[in-house]
Amino acid sequence: MANDPVTPARRGSKGDPEGKKPPTTEEMLRLISGSTPHSRELGLEVVHSARGMAIMRLPWHERLVGNPDEMVMHGGVVTTLLDSVCGMATMSARQPPERIVTLDLRIDYQRPATPHLDLFARAEVTKMTRTIAFLSAIAYQDDPKDTVALATGTFMFVGKRRKNGGGKKPA
Amino acid sequence: MSGTLTERLAAARAAGDPNAMAEAIPYARFLDITAALDGDDLVSCMNFNQRIIGNPILPAIHGGTIGGLLETAAILKLLWMQETLRIPKTITITVDYLRSAGPKDTYARANVTKLGARVANVRVFAWQDDPARPVAGANANFMLSPA
Repeated sequence: MANDPVTPARRGSKGDPEGKKPPTTEEMLRLISGSTPHSRELGLEVVHSARGMAIMRLPWHERLVGNPDEMVMHGGVVTTLLDSVCGMATMSARQPPERIVTLDLRIDYQRPATPHLDLFARAEVTKMTRTIAFLSAIAYQDDPKDTVALATGTFMFVGKRRKNGGGKKPA
Repeated sequence: MSGTLTERLAAARAAGDPNAMAEAIPYARFLDITAALDGDDLVSCMNFNQRIIGNPILPAIHGGTIGGLLETAAILKLLWMQETLRIPKTITITVDYLRSAGPKDTYARANVTKLGARVANVRVFAWQDDPARPVAGANANFMLSPA
C-alpha cells in the first residue's frame, strides 16, 4: 500500500529480451492482442502500428466461412477484424495506452472477400477529443485500393485504472 | 452435415428446424451459435466458450463476436421467413455497443423492419440475462437473392 509496487507497464519486458527498454507501443499492442483469447483463436496479429494507426492481419480459414457455396468469409469475421484494428489504433493514440470501449461501428461491404486469401485491415484515428476517438478503417486483401469493406468507428477512453485521483485531472 | 447449402437449408425449413439452418453456416458453428423458435419468432444464442473472450481481465466477450451474433441472427431470421434458400448478403451493418457482455450465453432477436424485393432492413438486439438490458444492437441492410 505505502510503496507503489512496480507498475504493470514497467514489468512488461516479455517482448524485450534485454529486459531494459520499456516496450514500444507496437510491442504493447502485440502483447494485448496476444493475450486476447478470441484474437489468438483467429490468429489475428498486429502487423504494424504507429501513433493513432494500426494494421492487422487475419489468416484465411474455412471455419470462418459465412456462405459455403461461395466460400465467402462471414461478415462477423470482418466485424471482428475491424473492431480489433480500430481498438488497437485508438489505444496507440495515447501514451501510455488507455482502456477503451467500442461505442459503435459501421461497416459498408464493398465486395465479397476472395476465398483462401488473408484479410488485412488498417485503421486511423481521424479525430480525438478528451474522451472520444473517431476512426476510419478499411479491410482489404492483396491490394489496399481494392477494399472489401469500409468502416467508421467511435471509441471511448475509460481511464488508466490509476489508484489515486482516477482520471480526473484539472487541465 | 452433408449436401449443398441449398439442400441443407431446404431440409431445415421442411423439418421446421431453424437450428439446422444455423448448422449449415460454418462461422455460426465456429461461434457455437444455435437457433430456436420462441413461439413464431426466432431467437439465436451464442453459447459461451472461453474462445470468444475479448477482454480476459473484465472478463468480457469480444465485441466482434457480438457483431457476428447480431449479423447471424439477422441472416437466420431472413432465411426463416423468406422463400429463398440463398444467404442474404450484408450491404451495411451498424453495431451499437451498449454494455459489456460477460462470460455467459448471449441471445439475439431480429426484427425485419422492411422486406423489399431486393433489399431488407433488419434491427437486431442482443442480451444476456434480461432482454430489457441489451448488450448490443444493430441496424443492417441486406441484399436479397431471388428464390
